[in-house]
Amino acid sequence: MSIELINVVYIVAAALFVFGLKQLGSPATAVRGNLLSSVGMLIAVVATLFNAEILTFSWIIGAVIIGSIVGYVAAVKIEMTSMPEMVALFNGSGGIASLFVGWAALYNFDNTLFTYVTIVISVVIGGLTFTGSILAWGKLSEVMPSRAIVFGAQRIFNGALLLALIVCSVLFCLDPSATSPYLYAIIILACVFGVMAVLPIGGADMPVVISLLNSYSGLAACAAGFAIHNNILIVAGSMVGAAGIILTNIMCKAMNRSLSNVLFSGFGAVKQATRVEGEVKPINAEDAALILEAAQSVTFVPGYGMAVAQAQHVVRELGELLEDNGAEVTYAIHPVAGRMPGHMNVLLAEASVPYDQLVEMDDINPRIDKIDVAVVIGANDVVNPAANDDENSPIYGMPIINVNQARTVFVLKRSMASGFSGVDNPLFFGENTRMLFGDAKESLSTVLNELK
Amino acid sequence: MEAVLLGMVLMLSIFLGFELISKVPATLHTPLMSGANAISGITIVGALISAGNDLGTMSTILGALAVAFATINVVGGYLVTNRMLSMFKKKGSGQRGGKA
Repeated sequence: MSIELINVVYIVAAALFVFGLKQLGSPATAVRGNLLSSVGMLIAVVATLFNAEILTFSWIIGAVIIGSIVGYVAAVKIEMTSMPEMVALFNGSGGIASLFVGWAALYNFDNTLFTYVTIVISVVIGGLTFTGSILAWGKLSEVMPSRAIVFGAQRIFNGALLLALIVCSVLFCLDPSATSPYLYAIIILACVFGVMAVLPIGGADMPVVISLLNSYSGLAACAAGFAIHNNILIVAGSMVGAAGIILTNIMCKAMNRSLSNVLFSGFGAVKQATRVEGEVKPINAEDAALILEAAQSVTFVPGYGMAVAQAQHVVRELGELLEDNGAEVTYAIHPVAGRMPGHMNVLLAEASVPYDQLVEMDDINPRIDKIDVAVVIGANDVVNPAANDDENSPIYGMPIINVNQARTVFVLKRSMASGFSGVDNPLFFGENTRMLFGDAKESLSTVLNELK
Repeated sequence: MEAVLLGMVLMLSIFLGFELISKVPATLHTPLMSGANAISGITIVGALISAGNDLGTMSTILGALAVAFATINVVGGYLVTNRMLSMFKKKGSGQRGGKA
């Protein structure tokens, strides 16, 4: 196949990516959108195999088989609750692939200075995406502590790292070669930089990090596209880059924080919250069941704790039972609940909760005062009224779901400890709040059995 | 000149990306992210050429590694997105309940 014809196929592939992404924007068409985009990928790959530059296929076949098996097994076996980790790992593998593509491009003959610059960019972004994603995976899967890790000279160290990276990149571009020692220095520095960038970010800020890394993996592919003069890489890579940036922005807005604040502040490592004093009012499952039975409208507010307790199926059962009982049941979802954008929606979808019962924060808040019972399951910061009225609170200004305005609030909580970001929650001491202590799944099962 | 043309493509694609994504409902943020992530595996196209173009052992090995990782990204990304999306159901469509 001539190079022109291959490029025509790439145009078709690009169009399929565009349509695919467009259709991913609505629940009714999303499955088809994903399918379209995967067809685009398939024809791009097949067309590339007809490229006259490809002389031997043995390595390609071996690598594709290994990659397919690993990708397939990972995608099929993964638990829905572990989805954030999985997305992080896929991100990482995309990143390191772009690093290798950039690196391999050094062996091409007709490279210009511009090409070398883009090679360096693809290697740097690819490398930091890889190690950043691995670290994000480590934090999400709790292989390592998920809190923000900060140390004294962190900013100075990172500054020096960045400076070294820039110096090495310039020196490399002045005398580019595939065996330049500066190349190895760049790769190592980029990898260390990825680790350092994610280290000071706490678990509750992970939705931002995941979307940002997603964006980087697209930008790395885009840079690799410049390095090998390939349009489809640039088009697809930059669309993904843009998409990631938008999601990052949405996540930041949902926390009322700037991106630089999320990335550099080490939020959650410093605890400066005003202490709240008060008395909590516990409730047992039997009484909770009685109140729920009488409720006309119930809204569930899930958080990361629901994922940890694997409680989504019990929540759905309880929801259905209450509906049969005549109550109006909704699920109110905060944009940053969980560890990645839309985490709670996926878990509830897994438990077969119809997506039209899931309501966003801005839709529930105006009518929350008419809700009889709000059931908070493993959420903390996203329902913390201190964000509204305590100027000393680190999360002051973050938009929250105002469950404290509902007629009654049940908070399911393992024990009395402060939330993920280490912030005390005045909601627990509220007049209309009842605490249901224990494992969320067990508590809900007991309530469910009482109602049956 | 080629750099300028590619730069043009870059700029237009970024705007397109912003336009396409900006109105996606929160419910679909995760599948959108993992679907977009699968698209970033497009780097496989560059990897295939490096792995097959016989420009020396090092280039081939780097290319093959890139192909393997990019394939994980592509295959895993699309499959997992599909798996998630097939769980999203509207009320009344399909049976109520499901495995508990």
